[in-house]
Amino acid sequence: MGFTAAVITFPGSNCDRDMAVAIEKITGGTVHRVWHGDADLPAGLDFIALPGGFSYGDYLRSGAMAARSPVMQAVVAAANRGVTVLGVCNGFQVLTEAGLLPGALMRNAGIRFVCRDVPLVVENNQSLFTARYSAGQHITIPVAHHDGNYFADAATLDRLEGEGRVAFRYGEPVNGSQRNIAGVLNAAGNVLGMMPHPERMIEPAHGGSDGRALFESVLTGLGVAA
Amino acid sequence: MKIRVHVSLKNGVLDPQGRAIHHALEGLGFEGVNDVRAGRLIEMDVADSTTDVALEDMCRKLLANQVIENFRIEKVA
Repeated sequence: MGFTAAVITFPGSNCDRDMAVAIEKITGGTVHRVWHGDADLPAGLDFIALPGGFSYGDYLRSGAMAARSPVMQAVVAAANRGVTVLGVCNGFQVLTEAGLLPGALMRNAGIRFVCRDVPLVVENNQSLFTARYSAGQHITIPVAHHDGNYFADAATLDRLEGEGRVAFRYGEPVNGSQRNIAGVLNAAGNVLGMMPHPERMIEPAHGGSDGRALFESVLTGLGVAA
Repeated sequence: MKIRVHVSLKNGVLDPQGRAIHHALEGLGFEGVNDVRAGRLIEMDVADSTTDVALEDMCRKLLANQVIENFRIEKVA
C-alpha cells in the first residue's frame, strides 16, 4: 500500500484541489477527495488534510459550521486514533473549532484581509510535519486570510511553548497573533494547524518551494513507501 | 418561545472589530466614546418545552466559542 491521503471538501473550500495536487506530486500517493457530508472516511488513510477556503461562508465563526459537519466526527475519531491531520488556513480554524487544537483564530488585528508571502521561522523541527526543516530555519510561505489572529490564554500559550507545540512562528507581525504564532501541534504531535499555505509553495513556478519539506516530512515520518 | 442569545468577547480578548468601530465613531466626530466591543445577537424561536439545559448546550456546542466568547441567554416574553 502506498501513501494514502484524503482531502476534505466543505461547501466553500477553495484550496482543496491545490492541496490534493501538492500531496500527489510530493508523496506520489493516492489522494481521495472526501465531501463534508460523508459520514465515513476511506479505509487505511495515512494522512488527512483540511484545506483552506471559506467553508459555509464563514457563517457564525470561521470554521464553526464545518467543525460540526458529519465528516468531522470521523476526522476527530481518526485524529484520536493517531492518523496524521493537517489543517491549513480555514482548515486550522476548523481544527480549533472542532477542539483538536487549542485556541481560536480571530479577525486580523488590522481588520484587513492579508494576502502575501510571509517569513516564517521553524520553531520545532522535531515534529512529524517539520523534520525535514532545520531548527530555526527561515522560510517563506504565503498567507491569505481574514481571521488568522491566533488567540489563547497566557497559560495555554506557555504550555504550547513549553511543550514545543509552536511549529511555526511569523518572522514579523502579520495578523496580531499572540506571540506571532503561525502553526500549532496537538499534544500527541499528529495534528498540525497553520494559517500559511505550504501547498502554494511547492515548486519554483510558485515563487519558491519552501512548503515541500512539510509534505516530505510527513511522508518520511510515517515511513510509508510512496 | 423566543430566545435571544447574546454572544460577547471575553474580557482580555482584543477585539479588532470593536476597535475599528471605535475609530470610525471618532472619525464621525463623536466624542467621549471610551471603548467599543462588538458581539453577536442570535434570535431563536424554540419549542416551549425546550429546557434551559438544552439551551445552554446549544450555546456551548455551537453558538459561542468559549475559548474567546461568553454567552447570555435571554427569554423574550
